[in-house]
Amino acid sequence: MKLKLIFIVFFALISCKKEAQANKETNKKEAATVNKTSEALEVYDFNGLEKFLNFKDDKTYVVNFWATWCAPCVKELPYFEQLNEAYKDKSVEVLLVSLDFPHQYDTKLKPFIKEHKLKSKVLVLDDADMNTWIPKVNENWSGSIPATLIYNKNKKLFFEQSFNFEELENELKPFLN
Amino acid sequence: MKKSIKLILAVCVVGLVSAFTLKPTAEYAGYNIGDIVEDFKLKNIDGEMVSLSDYEDELGVIVTFTCNTCPYAVAYEDRIIALDKKYADKGYPVVAIMPNDTSVKPDDDLSSMKKRAEEKGFTFPYLIDAKQDVYPKFGATKTPHVFVLDRTEAGFVVSYIGAIDNNYKDASAVTTKYVENAVDALIAGTPIKETETKAIGCSIKVAN
Repeated sequence: MKLKLIFIVFFALISCKKEAQANKETNKKEAATVNKTSEALEVYDFNGLEKFLNFKDDKTYVVNFWATWCAPCVKELPYFEQLNEAYKDKSVEVLLVSLDFPHQYDTKLKPFIKEHKLKSKVLVLDDADMNTWIPKVNENWSGSIPATLIYNKNKKLFFEQSFNFEELENELKPFLN
Repeated sequence: MKKSIKLILAVCVVGLVSAFTLKPTAEYAGYNIGDIVEDFKLKNIDGEMVSLSDYEDELGVIVTFTCNTCPYAVAYEDRIIALDKKYADKGYPVVAIMPNDTSVKPDDDLSSMKKRAEEKGFTFPYLIDAKQDVYPKFGATKTPHVFVLDRTEAGFVVSYIGAIDNNYKDASAVTTKYVENAVDALIAGTPIKETETKAIGCSIKVAN
Protein backbone atom coordinates (compact mmCIF):
# COMPACT_ATOMS: atom_id res chain seq x y z
CA MET A 1 0.00 0.00 0.00
CA LYS A 2 2.67 2.40 1.13
CA LEU A 3 4.76 1.59 -1.89
CA LYS A 4 1.88 2.31 -4.19
CA LEU A 5 1.38 5.69 -2.55
CA ILE A 6 5.02 6.61 -2.97
CA PHE A 7 4.79 5.58 -6.58
CA ILE A 8 1.79 7.82 -7.17
CA VAL A 9 3.40 10.77 -5.44
CA PHE A 10 6.50 10.24 -7.53
CA PHE A 11 4.51 10.44 -10.71
CA ALA A 12 2.55 13.44 -9.53
CA LEU A 13 5.82 15.21 -8.85
CA ILE A 14 7.29 14.34 -12.20
CA SER A 15 4.26 15.60 -14.03
CA CYS A 16 4.33 18.82 -12.09
CA LYS A 17 7.96 19.51 -12.77
CA LYS A 18 7.09 21.28 -15.95
CA GLU A 19 5.03 23.88 -14.13
CA ALA A 20 7.70 24.37 -11.51
CA GLN A 21 10.19 25.36 -14.13
CA ALA A 22 7.93 28.04 -15.44
CA ASN A 23 7.35 31.59 -14.35
CA LYS A 24 10.87 32.83 -14.38
CA GLU A 25 10.69 36.53 -14.76
CA THR A 26 12.40 37.96 -17.74
CA ASN A 27 12.87 41.58 -18.24
CA LYS A 28 11.86 42.91 -21.52
CA LYS A 29 14.79 45.07 -22.41
CA GLU A 30 13.91 47.91 -24.61
CA ALA A 31 16.83 47.94 -26.92
CA ALA A 32 17.39 51.39 -28.24
CA THR A 33 19.37 50.15 -31.18
CA VAL A 34 18.61 51.52 -34.55
CA ASN A 35 16.64 49.29 -36.84
CA LYS A 36 18.85 48.10 -39.62
CA THR A 37 16.45 46.26 -41.85
CA SER A 38 18.25 45.61 -45.02
CA GLU A 39 16.31 46.08 -48.19
CA ALA A 40 17.45 42.69 -49.42
CA LEU A 41 15.75 39.56 -48.15
CA GLU A 42 17.54 36.26 -47.72
CA VAL A 43 15.42 34.02 -49.92
CA TYR A 44 16.10 30.28 -50.10
CA ASP A 45 14.64 27.16 -51.57
CA PHE A 46 14.55 24.24 -49.16
CA ASN A 47 17.99 23.00 -50.17
CA GLY A 48 19.35 26.38 -49.26
CA LEU A 49 17.38 26.62 -46.02
CA GLU A 50 18.24 23.14 -44.78
CA LYS A 51 21.57 24.15 -43.28
CA PHE A 52 19.81 26.55 -40.93
CA LEU A 53 17.86 23.61 -39.52
CA ASN A 54 20.93 21.47 -38.95
CA PHE A 55 23.71 23.56 -37.42
CA LYS A 56 26.03 21.47 -35.27
CA ASP A 57 27.60 24.29 -33.28
CA ASP A 58 27.08 25.02 -29.58
CA LYS A 59 24.04 27.23 -30.04
CA THR A 60 20.40 26.35 -29.56
CA TYR A 61 18.23 27.49 -32.44
CA VAL A 62 14.58 28.40 -32.24
CA VAL A 63 13.20 28.31 -35.76
CA ASN A 64 9.73 29.75 -36.25
CA PHE A 65 7.81 29.24 -39.51
CA TRP A 66 5.49 32.17 -40.05
CA ALA A 67 3.99 34.56 -42.59
CA THR A 68 2.63 38.09 -42.45
CA TRP A 69 -0.77 36.79 -43.60
CA CYS A 70 -0.95 34.28 -40.72
CA ALA A 71 -2.71 36.02 -37.82
CA PRO A 72 -1.66 33.61 -35.04
CA CYS A 73 1.93 33.82 -36.33
CA VAL A 74 1.94 37.60 -36.15
CA LYS A 75 0.44 37.41 -32.68
CA GLU A 76 3.23 35.21 -31.33
CA LEU A 77 6.14 36.94 -33.11
CA PRO A 78 6.78 39.36 -30.22
CA TYR A 79 7.43 36.37 -27.93
CA PHE A 80 10.07 35.04 -30.31
CA GLU A 81 11.63 38.48 -30.45
CA GLN A 82 11.54 38.66 -26.68
CA LEU A 83 13.13 35.22 -26.43
CA ASN A 84 15.87 36.17 -28.84
CA GLU A 85 16.66 39.23 -26.78
CA ALA A 86 16.46 37.54 -23.39
CA TYR A 87 18.56 34.50 -24.32
CA LYS A 88 21.07 35.87 -26.76
CA ASP A 89 23.74 35.74 -24.06
CA LYS A 90 22.94 32.08 -23.50
CA SER A 91 23.83 30.92 -26.99
CA VAL A 92 20.28 30.97 -28.25
CA GLU A 93 19.37 32.29 -31.67
CA VAL A 94 15.89 32.80 -33.05
CA LEU A 95 15.42 32.33 -36.80
CA LEU A 96 12.18 33.55 -38.35
CA VAL A 97 11.43 31.64 -41.54
CA SER A 98 8.86 33.54 -43.55
CA LEU A 99 6.55 31.66 -45.91
CA ASP A 100 5.19 34.81 -47.45
CA PHE A 101 4.21 34.75 -51.09
CA PRO A 102 6.96 36.04 -53.42
CA HIS A 103 4.64 38.64 -54.97
CA GLN A 104 4.21 40.13 -51.50
CA TYR A 105 7.87 40.41 -50.51
CA ASP A 106 7.95 44.10 -51.34
CA THR A 107 4.37 44.99 -50.50
CA LYS A 108 3.92 43.02 -47.27
CA LEU A 109 7.01 41.31 -45.91
CA LYS A 110 9.62 44.06 -46.13
CA PRO A 111 7.29 46.73 -44.71
CA PHE A 112 6.34 44.32 -41.91
CA ILE A 113 9.96 43.66 -40.94
CA LYS A 114 10.61 47.37 -40.94
CA GLU A 115 7.48 48.37 -39.09
CA HIS A 116 7.91 45.76 -36.35
CA LYS A 117 11.65 46.35 -36.16
CA LEU A 118 12.34 42.63 -36.16
CA LYS A 119 15.75 41.90 -34.68
CA SER A 120 15.78 38.15 -35.03
CA LYS A 121 17.23 36.90 -38.27
CA VAL A 122 14.56 36.63 -40.96
CA LEU A 123 14.95 33.99 -43.64
CA VAL A 124 12.50 33.55 -46.48
CA LEU A 125 11.57 30.13 -47.79
CA ASP A 126 10.31 30.03 -51.36
CA ASP A 127 9.82 26.43 -52.39
CA ALA A 128 6.50 25.43 -53.90
CA ASP A 129 7.10 21.68 -53.75
CA MET A 130 5.90 21.50 -50.17
CA ASN A 131 5.19 17.79 -50.02
CA THR A 132 8.91 17.23 -50.52
CA TRP A 133 10.27 19.58 -47.88
CA ILE A 134 7.61 19.63 -45.13
CA PRO A 135 8.42 16.06 -43.96
CA LYS A 136 12.12 16.98 -43.96
CA VAL A 137 11.44 19.64 -41.33
CA ASN A 138 9.42 17.14 -39.32
CA GLU A 139 7.60 14.05 -40.47
CA ASN A 140 4.60 14.82 -38.27
CA TRP A 141 4.09 18.36 -39.54
CA SER A 142 0.76 18.55 -41.35
CA GLY A 143 1.80 21.88 -42.86
CA SER A 144 -0.20 24.37 -40.84
CA ILE A 145 1.54 27.44 -39.48
CA PRO A 146 2.61 28.68 -37.00
CA ALA A 147 5.12 25.90 -36.47
CA THR A 148 8.33 25.95 -34.47
CA LEU A 149 11.47 23.88 -34.33
CA ILE A 150 13.83 24.05 -31.35
CA TYR A 151 17.14 22.29 -31.77
CA ASN A 152 20.77 22.05 -30.90
CA LYS A 153 23.40 19.51 -31.86
CA ASN A 154 21.99 17.03 -29.35
CA LYS A 155 18.26 17.17 -29.79
CA LYS A 156 15.37 18.52 -31.76
CA LEU A 157 11.73 19.23 -30.91
CA PHE A 158 8.96 20.27 -33.26
CA PHE A 159 5.73 22.07 -32.40
CA GLU A 160 2.75 22.65 -34.68
CA GLN A 161 1.05 25.18 -32.39
CA SER A 162 1.02 28.76 -31.13
CA PHE A 163 3.17 29.86 -28.21
CA ASN A 164 3.19 32.51 -25.54
CA PHE A 165 6.47 33.62 -24.00
CA GLU A 166 6.24 31.40 -20.96
CA GLU A 167 5.51 28.31 -23.00
CA LEU A 168 8.41 29.09 -25.30
CA GLU A 169 10.77 29.53 -22.39
CA ASN A 170 9.62 26.26 -20.86
CA GLU A 171 10.39 24.39 -24.04
CA LEU A 172 13.70 26.15 -24.53
CA LYS A 173 15.11 25.66 -21.04
CA PRO A 174 15.75 21.90 -21.20
CA PHE A 175 18.00 22.60 -24.20
CA LEU A 176 20.21 24.88 -22.14
CA ASN A 177 21.11 22.39 -19.43
CA MET B 1 -6.17 7.57 4.00
CA LYS B 2 -8.49 6.86 1.14
CA LYS B 3 -9.17 10.54 0.81
CA SER B 4 -5.51 11.43 0.60
CA ILE B 5 -4.93 8.90 -2.16
CA LYS B 6 -7.79 10.44 -4.07
CA LEU B 7 -6.24 13.84 -3.60
CA ILE B 8 -2.84 12.66 -4.76
CA LEU B 9 -4.42 10.98 -7.73
CA ALA B 10 -6.18 14.20 -8.61
CA VAL B 11 -2.88 16.08 -8.39
CA CYS B 12 -1.31 13.46 -10.56
CA VAL B 13 -4.04 13.70 -13.19
CA VAL B 14 -3.83 17.49 -13.26
CA GLY B 15 -0.08 17.25 -13.56
CA LEU B 16 -0.24 14.73 -16.33
CA VAL B 17 -2.82 16.67 -18.26
CA SER B 18 -0.84 19.89 -18.07
CA ALA B 19 2.35 18.05 -18.95
CA PHE B 20 0.76 16.88 -22.14
CA THR B 21 -0.88 20.09 -23.25
CA LEU B 22 2.44 21.22 -24.69
CA LYS B 23 3.25 17.90 -26.23
CA PRO B 24 5.71 18.27 -29.07
CA THR B 25 4.69 17.01 -32.49
CA ALA B 26 1.03 16.76 -31.68
CA GLU B 27 -0.55 13.62 -32.92
CA TYR B 28 -3.59 14.29 -34.99
CA ALA B 29 -6.61 12.35 -34.19
CA GLY B 30 -8.86 11.94 -37.13
CA TYR B 31 -9.37 9.66 -40.06
CA ASN B 32 -6.59 7.64 -41.55
CA ILE B 33 -6.50 6.19 -45.02
CA GLY B 34 -9.00 3.32 -45.14
CA ASP B 35 -11.25 4.63 -42.35
CA ILE B 36 -15.01 4.84 -42.81
CA VAL B 37 -16.31 8.41 -42.55
CA GLU B 38 -19.17 9.14 -40.18
CA ASP B 39 -22.12 10.98 -41.68
CA PHE B 40 -22.24 14.73 -41.11
CA LYS B 41 -24.92 17.35 -41.61
CA LEU B 42 -23.90 20.97 -42.12
CA LYS B 43 -25.51 24.19 -43.29
CA ASN B 44 -24.86 25.27 -46.85
CA ILE B 45 -24.59 28.90 -47.98
CA ASP B 46 -28.16 28.66 -49.32
CA GLY B 47 -29.42 27.84 -45.81
CA GLU B 48 -30.17 24.20 -46.65
CA MET B 49 -28.62 21.37 -44.68
CA VAL B 50 -26.31 19.03 -46.59
CA SER B 51 -25.32 15.55 -45.39
CA LEU B 52 -22.66 13.20 -46.60
CA SER B 53 -25.45 10.63 -46.87
CA ASP B 54 -27.03 12.85 -49.57
CA TYR B 55 -24.19 11.58 -51.77
CA GLU B 56 -25.03 7.90 -51.59
CA ASP B 57 -25.72 7.77 -55.31
CA GLU B 58 -22.26 9.10 -56.13
CA LEU B 59 -19.08 7.06 -56.43
CA GLY B 60 -17.38 9.27 -53.88
CA VAL B 61 -16.87 12.83 -52.68
CA ILE B 62 -13.92 15.24 -52.73
CA VAL B 63 -14.25 16.83 -49.28
CA THR B 64 -12.26 20.07 -49.23
CA PHE B 65 -11.70 22.14 -46.09
CA THR B 66 -11.27 25.70 -47.28
CA CYS B 67 -12.16 29.26 -46.33
CA ASN B 68 -12.30 32.83 -47.62
CA THR B 69 -9.50 34.25 -45.52
CA CYS B 70 -6.49 31.98 -46.02
CA PRO B 71 -4.22 33.05 -48.89
CA TYR B 72 -3.37 29.44 -49.66
CA ALA B 73 -7.04 28.52 -49.81
CA VAL B 74 -7.72 31.51 -52.05
CA ALA B 75 -4.80 30.50 -54.29
CA TYR B 76 -6.53 27.16 -54.79
CA GLU B 77 -10.12 28.35 -55.34
CA ASP B 78 -9.98 28.11 -59.13
CA ARG B 79 -8.44 24.68 -58.91
CA ILE B 80 -11.15 23.48 -56.51
CA ILE B 81 -13.77 24.70 -58.97
CA ALA B 82 -11.90 22.90 -61.77
CA LEU B 83 -11.88 19.68 -59.75
CA ASP B 84 -15.65 19.82 -59.36
CA LYS B 85 -16.15 20.57 -63.05
CA LYS B 86 -13.94 17.68 -64.04
CA TYR B 87 -15.12 15.07 -61.56
CA ALA B 88 -18.73 15.83 -60.58
CA ASP B 89 -20.00 14.20 -63.76
CA LYS B 90 -17.71 11.26 -63.17
CA GLY B 91 -19.24 10.60 -59.78
CA TYR B 92 -16.81 12.47 -57.52
CA PRO B 93 -18.24 15.93 -56.76
CA VAL B 94 -16.58 18.47 -54.48
CA VAL B 95 -18.07 19.32 -51.09
CA ALA B 96 -16.33 22.33 -49.52
CA ILE B 97 -16.40 22.87 -45.75
CA MET B 98 -15.38 26.09 -43.97
CA PRO B 99 -14.00 25.03 -40.56
CA ASN B 100 -12.94 28.33 -38.94
CA ASP B 101 -14.53 29.95 -35.90
CA THR B 102 -16.21 33.03 -37.36
CA SER B 103 -15.67 35.11 -34.22
CA VAL B 104 -11.93 34.78 -34.92
CA LYS B 105 -12.37 35.16 -38.69
CA PRO B 106 -15.50 37.28 -39.29
CA ASP B 107 -14.81 37.27 -43.02
CA ASP B 108 -15.49 33.54 -43.00
CA ASP B 109 -19.08 33.87 -41.78
CA LEU B 110 -21.96 32.43 -43.74
CA SER B 111 -22.86 35.63 -45.57
CA SER B 112 -19.20 36.22 -46.55
CA MET B 113 -18.97 32.60 -47.69
CA LYS B 114 -22.08 33.09 -49.79
CA LYS B 115 -20.66 36.26 -51.31
CA ARG B 116 -17.34 34.62 -52.14
CA ALA B 117 -19.05 31.56 -53.64
CA GLU B 118 -21.14 33.82 -55.86
CA GLU B 119 -18.13 35.88 -56.94
CA LYS B 120 -16.15 32.80 -57.83
CA GLY B 121 -19.08 30.80 -59.17
CA PHE B 122 -18.73 27.81 -56.88
CA THR B 123 -20.51 24.85 -58.48
CA PHE B 124 -20.53 22.85 -55.24
CA PRO B 125 -21.92 23.22 -51.73
CA TYR B 126 -19.90 25.45 -49.40
CA LEU B 127 -20.79 24.28 -45.91
CA ILE B 128 -20.02 25.83 -42.56
CA ASP B 129 -18.77 23.65 -39.69
CA ALA B 130 -20.44 26.04 -37.28
CA LYS B 131 -20.04 23.80 -34.22
CA GLN B 132 -16.52 22.88 -35.29
CA ASP B 133 -17.25 19.22 -34.64
CA VAL B 134 -16.76 17.86 -38.14
CA TYR B 135 -13.23 18.98 -39.02
CA PRO B 136 -11.70 17.32 -35.91
CA LYS B 137 -13.26 13.99 -36.93
CA PHE B 138 -11.48 14.28 -40.25
CA GLY B 139 -8.32 15.41 -38.52
CA ALA B 140 -8.19 18.47 -40.77
CA THR B 141 -5.63 20.95 -39.44
CA LYS B 142 -5.54 23.66 -42.06
CA THR B 143 -7.06 25.19 -45.15
CA PRO B 144 -6.91 23.95 -47.82
CA HIS B 145 -6.97 20.30 -46.74
CA VAL B 146 -8.51 17.69 -49.02
CA PHE B 147 -10.00 14.29 -48.21
CA VAL B 148 -11.01 12.12 -51.16
CA LEU B 149 -13.75 9.69 -50.14
CA ASP B 150 -14.67 6.57 -52.04
CA ARG B 151 -18.11 5.06 -51.53
CA THR B 152 -18.09 1.35 -50.77
CA GLU B 153 -20.72 -0.99 -49.39
CA ALA B 154 -19.40 -0.29 -45.91
CA GLY B 155 -19.66 3.48 -46.40
CA PHE B 156 -17.45 6.35 -47.52
CA VAL B 157 -13.81 5.32 -47.20
CA VAL B 158 -10.97 7.85 -46.84
CA SER B 159 -8.76 7.23 -49.87
CA TYR B 160 -6.55 10.30 -50.06
CA ILE B 161 -5.56 13.04 -47.58
CA GLY B 162 -3.56 16.15 -48.32
CA ALA B 163 -2.79 18.76 -50.92
CA ILE B 164 -4.42 19.41 -54.28
CA ASP B 165 -1.17 19.55 -56.23
CA ASN B 166 2.52 20.36 -55.85
CA ASN B 167 2.61 24.07 -56.66
CA TYR B 168 0.46 26.53 -54.72
CA LYS B 169 1.94 29.53 -56.49
CA ASP B 170 1.43 28.70 -60.09
CA ALA B 171 -1.18 26.29 -61.40
CA SER B 172 0.62 26.15 -64.73
CA ALA B 173 3.85 25.01 -63.05
CA VAL B 174 2.19 22.05 -61.33
CA THR B 175 3.89 18.76 -62.13
CA THR B 176 1.87 16.42 -59.90
CA LYS B 177 -1.88 16.72 -59.40
CA TYR B 178 -2.30 14.63 -56.26
CA VAL B 179 -6.10 14.82 -55.99
CA GLU B 180 -6.66 14.19 -59.70
CA ASN B 181 -4.28 11.25 -59.60
CA ALA B 182 -6.15 9.83 -56.61
CA VAL B 183 -9.61 10.22 -58.17
CA ASP B 184 -8.39 8.93 -61.54
CA ALA B 185 -7.03 5.85 -59.79
CA LEU B 186 -10.36 5.30 -58.00
CA ILE B 187 -12.22 5.61 -61.30
CA ALA B 188 -9.80 3.22 -62.99
CA GLY B 189 -9.91 0.84 -60.05
CA THR B 190 -6.15 0.98 -59.62
CA PRO B 191 -4.21 1.66 -56.39
CA ILE B 192 -3.57 5.31 -55.50
CA LYS B 193 0.17 5.94 -55.70
CA GLU B 194 0.36 8.77 -53.18
CA THR B 195 -2.37 8.51 -50.56
CA GLU B 196 -1.06 11.26 -48.29
CA THR B 197 0.73 14.52 -49.07
CA LYS B 198 1.75 17.59 -47.09
CA ALA B 199 1.31 21.26 -47.87
CA ILE B 200 1.49 24.56 -46.05
CA GLY B 201 -1.85 25.97 -45.04
CA CYS B 202 -3.48 28.27 -42.51
CA SER B 203 -4.23 26.61 -39.21
CA ILE B 204 -7.95 26.16 -38.57
CA LYS B 205 -9.03 28.97 -36.29
CA VAL B 206 -10.67 28.26 -32.95
CA ALA B 207 -11.84 30.76 -30.34
CA ASN B 208 -9.60 31.04 -27.29
